[in-house]
Amino acid sequence: MCVKRVPDMDVRFRIAGDGTSLDETGIKFDLNDFDAWAVEAALQLRDKAGQGEVVIISLGPNAVQETIRKALSMGADRGVQLQADKIPFDGFSIATALAAELKDGGFDLILFGKLSPDSSNGVTGPMVAELLGLPCVTAVSKLEIADGRGTAKRELEGAQEVMEFPLPAVVTVDEGLNTARYPSLKGIMAAKKKPLDVKPASLGDPRVRIQRLELPPERVGGRIVGEGAAAVPELVRLLQTEAKVL
Amino acid sequence: MANIFAFAETRAGELRKVALETVTAARTLADATGGEVHALLVGAPGIAAKAAQLGEVGADVVIVCEHEAFTQYNPEAAAALAADRIGQGGFRAALLSTSAQGRDLAPRIAAKLGVGLVTDVTSVELTNDVLIARHPINIGKVIATVEISGNPAVVSMRPNTYAPVANAKAGRVEVVAPIGDPSASRVVVKELVQGASGKLDLADAPVIVAGGRGLKAAENFKLVEELADAFGNAAVGATRAVTDDGWRPHSDQIGQTGRLVSPELYVAVGISGAVQHLAGMRTSKTIVAINKDKDAPIFKVADYGIVGDVFEIVPALTAAVLQARRGH
Repeated sequence: MCVKRVPDMDVRFRIAGDGTSLDETGIKFDLNDFDAWAVEAALQLRDKAGQGEVVIISLGPNAVQETIRKALSMGADRGVQLQADKIPFDGFSIATALAAELKDGGFDLILFGKLSPDSSNGVTGPMVAELLGLPCVTAVSKLEIADGRGTAKRELEGAQEVMEFPLPAVVTVDEGLNTARYPSLKGIMAAKKKPLDVKPASLGDPRVRIQRLELPPERVGGRIVGEGAAAVPELVRLLQTEAKVL
Repeated sequence: MANIFAFAETRAGELRKVALETVTAARTLADATGGEVHALLVGAPGIAAKAAQLGEVGADVVIVCEHEAFTQYNPEAAAALAADRIGQGGFRAALLSTSAQGRDLAPRIAAKLGVGLVTDVTSVELTNDVLIARHPINIGKVIATVEISGNPAVVSMRPNTYAPVANAKAGRVEVVAPIGDPSASRVVVKELVQGASGKLDLADAPVIVAGGRGLKAAENFKLVEELADAFGNAAVGATRAVTDDGWRPHSDQIGQTGRLVSPELYVAVGISGAVQHLAGMRTSKTIVAINKDKDAPIFKVADYGIVGDVFEIVPALTAAVLQARRGH
């Protein structure tokens, strides 16, 4: 189960002096939402099987230990930090390090969130699968595991695909699969004592480099046409003559 | 000279609009370098009939692979074929769409080739043989300009950013065999569950009418549906609060964890405008907001706002839109 520490998105981001990174001052970080659903899925599968363990892997600086502890406090068994100065932007670089850690097997399923909102690439899971030669299903909103095989449902634009695959496999999780539990106080206390190994990350050479970051132009909105149904004719006129969308 | 590879996405034997967009984006890159566009089209026997459409939007060559096991999306066999073809050389870049299928396929191809990949790209260019892409990060609040080193680069384009442009090229069909046996893929699509026919998807609709908690109950979503029907070319979306409550399916959710949309017109009904929601729709061309709370954040991004009771305003707007479309 691979998780990522991501910044809170409910802020106004500032670009750091180097022009290629964000100023993290005052920004809160947490477990990625998609990853929380993936942790929940892993816990449910373990509990249903009545055996096995859920191992949390996260790559990055020591601050990611907090993210790993959160997953442990939800009920995961142990954690592994792949230590790196920062979390690379390039998915291939991350996937290379995760694949190196996972290459010896010992798992039935590797779960990922389908995407992280910061780098917004959504490539790490399927890249790890490819590097390890494992079957992979992405963006699943329904998942069943039985007799060494999985059945999953994937959301497409206006349709769904029902997929079947053998284990071991990589699965990335979309919203709708479950509702992630909140860590209980007991879980938080227990998590402090759970094992958390720290190892250096064997990052791949980055293929993608940020040249510069910019803030998009602010949307100029805020025009109130009027109040109540009486404003409807004016709105329709504006949609026809000004926005030209009607 | 640098040729550009384009993956032509299909579903149920039909080209998707994003296939034409991908070829159009590839054409733009190829024209800048004097190269050719080679589009890959895989499908069940008979799919070759779609090759001409790819030629019309600028494919010089259409590589066609027909096999029964390509009737449904076959990620392993499609990735193997695409990577093999791209790996034969001569391509500066390989383009896909950041659709559900492209999101699944692009990282497989890039990892097989060990090359760089950027997804959800809003523009791409080749300058002095450096491939530069623009990619929104942090839910669209920051725009990254990235350089993909190495050759070829894999790029997946955000849907609806390169509108298909007629630019007829030869579209010479080259039939190829699959790599390995596509019937032996480990990951198999057992069933494709199509949505209601005749309903526009959020990705394709020029107009989106979306509802939030301000509608108070699931059954009141019919107001949103009626307004969408009045436009005639609209799809219905929803906020996360609404899909979490089960009023609408998760696939309707627009926002940070749901669908990213950028229609010509976005009508937000009873939506306060949480950051999570704005992340999914802030790039819409024109935004209309209807909400009872004049201080709701949605009004800050809306081009046109009406403050008041959605149960009074929306039916009036539905009637007015119907009337306007009849030309009165």
